[in-house]
Amino acid sequence: MGLFVDKYPDVAYEEKLRLWEEVKADERFPSYLYGCYECGICVAACPSARFYDFSPRKIAQAAAREDIELIYEQMNDDVWNCSQCFSCNRCPRQNSPGGLITILREVAVNNGLKSAQQALEGYSRIVYKIMGTGTQVSPDMLQPDAFPDWGPDVKRVSDELDLWRRALPPETLHTTKTGWHVSEQTLIELYLIWYNTGVMDMIANVDEGLNLILSDVMEEMLEEAGYDMDEYY
Amino acid sequence: MAIPTAALERGRRFDRHAEAVQTEDYHDILDQLEADGELIVQRVPEPYIEVMTKYGRKKKIPTKYTWHHKSCGQCGHIPGYSTAIFWLARKLDLEYIDPIDQTSCTAWNYYASATSNAPAQAAVAHRNFAAAYETGYYPLIHCGTSYGHYKETREEIMHHSHLRHQVRDVLAKLGKPLVMPEEIVHYSEWIHALRHRIAEKQVRDFSNIATTVHPACHYYKLVQEDAIYDEEIYGGQRTATVTGVIQALGAEVRDYSTFYDCCGFGFRHILVSRDFTRSFATLRKIEIMKQEANPDVVISHDTGCVTTLDKSQYVTGVAHNANVGIPVMSDAQFAALAMGAHPYRVCQLHWHSTDNKPLLEKMGIDHEKAWAEFQQDLDDLKAGRKEYLTWEDAG
Ligand code: SF4
Ligand code: SF4
Repeated sequence: MGLFVDKYPDVAYEEKLRLWEEVKADERFPSYLYGCYECGICVAACPSARFYDFSPRKIAQAAAREDIELIYEQMNDDVWNCSQCFSCNRCPRQNSPGGLITILREVAVNNGLKSAQQALEGYSRIVYKIMGTGTQVSPDMLQPDAFPDWGPDVKRVSDELDLWRRALPPETLHTTKTGWHVSEQTLIELYLIWYNTGVMDMIANVDEGLNLILSDVMEEMLEEAGYDMDEYY
Repeated sequence: MAIPTAALERGRRFDRHAEAVQTEDYHDILDQLEADGELIVQRVPEPYIEVMTKYGRKKKIPTKYTWHHKSCGQCGHIPGYSTAIFWLARKLDLEYIDPIDQTSCTAWNYYASATSNAPAQAAVAHRNFAAAYETGYYPLIHCGTSYGHYKETREEIMHHSHLRHQVRDVLAKLGKPLVMPEEIVHYSEWIHALRHRIAEKQVRDFSNIATTVHPACHYYKLVQEDAIYDEEIYGGQRTATVTGVIQALGAEVRDYSTFYDCCGFGFRHILVSRDFTRSFATLRKIEIMKQEANPDVVISHDTGCVTTLDKSQYVTGVAHNANVGIPVMSDAQFAALAMGAHPYRVCQLHWHSTDNKPLLEKMGIDHEKAWAEFQQDLDDLKAGRKEYLTWEDAG
């Protein structure tokens, strides 16, 4: 046995190859990888490499030499450690290891890989928030049990939330469930984007329950606005 | 198992056009696409200010008629950040729109969970751009990640005709044209361009305030060519935004060795793996700043950075006895305080965690009096004497 062991021998090589072909087919791929000097500059800049057994250099190398087994392993075990900060874009080869990781993650989600499902456990309410309301974090998420490490002020904020939101001069910020007031027509347009770009299918691949909840909310609003949802099934 | 090199041995070649990509001028590409009828370019309205960017090109920064593309985390968790930006526009008499026809760029979620894709992300961006275009006002992006991500989608729209047409078709279903702003402008660039006008209206002396700057990764690392670099600031070797306004206000900017490092936000990490975020923010940023520069305040220009650097200090200080305790705020809040903004009515510093009272005292602000005034506002709201705090109340 050599230095590297195939950690996923039960997954057929053809399946790993299929996923890799999907990564390469992404339109962004050619501008994210130009080979790799193996210089490690990306690793020196990478925050995740300091705290995890993780290396953007290995990601770029594996992609450059098309190491199908290793790429599959990275797609499962490594990509979710990345901070997506793009400090690695200082690569002298003009690679974007972070960009490659974005695509690897997307393919993992698209194909419903178990590791992707696990990585997104506990994350569904956040996906729900952004897709359903149009803003990513809301004031009412500031609950002491969700952010115990942020200190006693979180409880103070959550206790006073309604009042403190009304004490904000910008008229759009008097909200507690969304970051700002998003108009209904705007939300309808956002929902149409999700349906017309395959994002609802992606959600179904990783979290069927979430897909159902989101579909309920979106379809009701779209149907009320006169859209024929049969078109999307 | 041996390391496979077959792909290289087969003579796999990589196109070497990266150098060209680095120096291409997106203005030329956008003009050509517009001439070909592929999209509409929304021009930066007059009066604008020209600034220098990384590779020596000029960038137009609009001053007024701006359409404020708000930030999720700023509005949701540190709302004095957005409020301060609007307050600055009002005090400088610069007309703006604070739209409700705006969604998040959704990039926080995208970088955290990958539950989206390139066409969806570009369609979200261009729905917002079209909404701004319809008003005749020009998009000014509050969030560093929105700014960086929109530049990524600009790259994709410019270079991939298939994706461009896909996005155009989705937008057509919404009754919207494909519009690209001539420049993608971050609010901190707007502050940078206006810094001398801000300094003219300064009423508080900041000459004894020491700061450190944390530049946002998505501002200057992600599609880096049109971030502002100014020969007068760091000799043009680092991005000039944030540092420029602090210096214009007479405060001191102290250097530290991990300036380039990320804050540790991590997108998914801040929400579901905060041990990483806290460790990085403390060990690589706050503790280093404290040891090497001992500033009164950290100034940054992005939602995630301000949140991470501020909120991570509590538990590392209490549980790990880390050498922390530096307040954190945005350049917008810092500039607003210099111009006399109320620390609670405008800058809403009670939403921040790290103790900022010693800083306020050093700025000559009576925070007890200011809090008493704000408490009176809260009492009035509670008693129903007013429904909301207004801009008139904010002063
Ligand atoms: S984007 Fe990911 S791989 Fe690149 S430097 Fe940041 S954490 Fe590291
Ligand atoms: S910086 Fe670029 S060339 Fe160097 S190891 Fe990383 S990906 Fe390879």
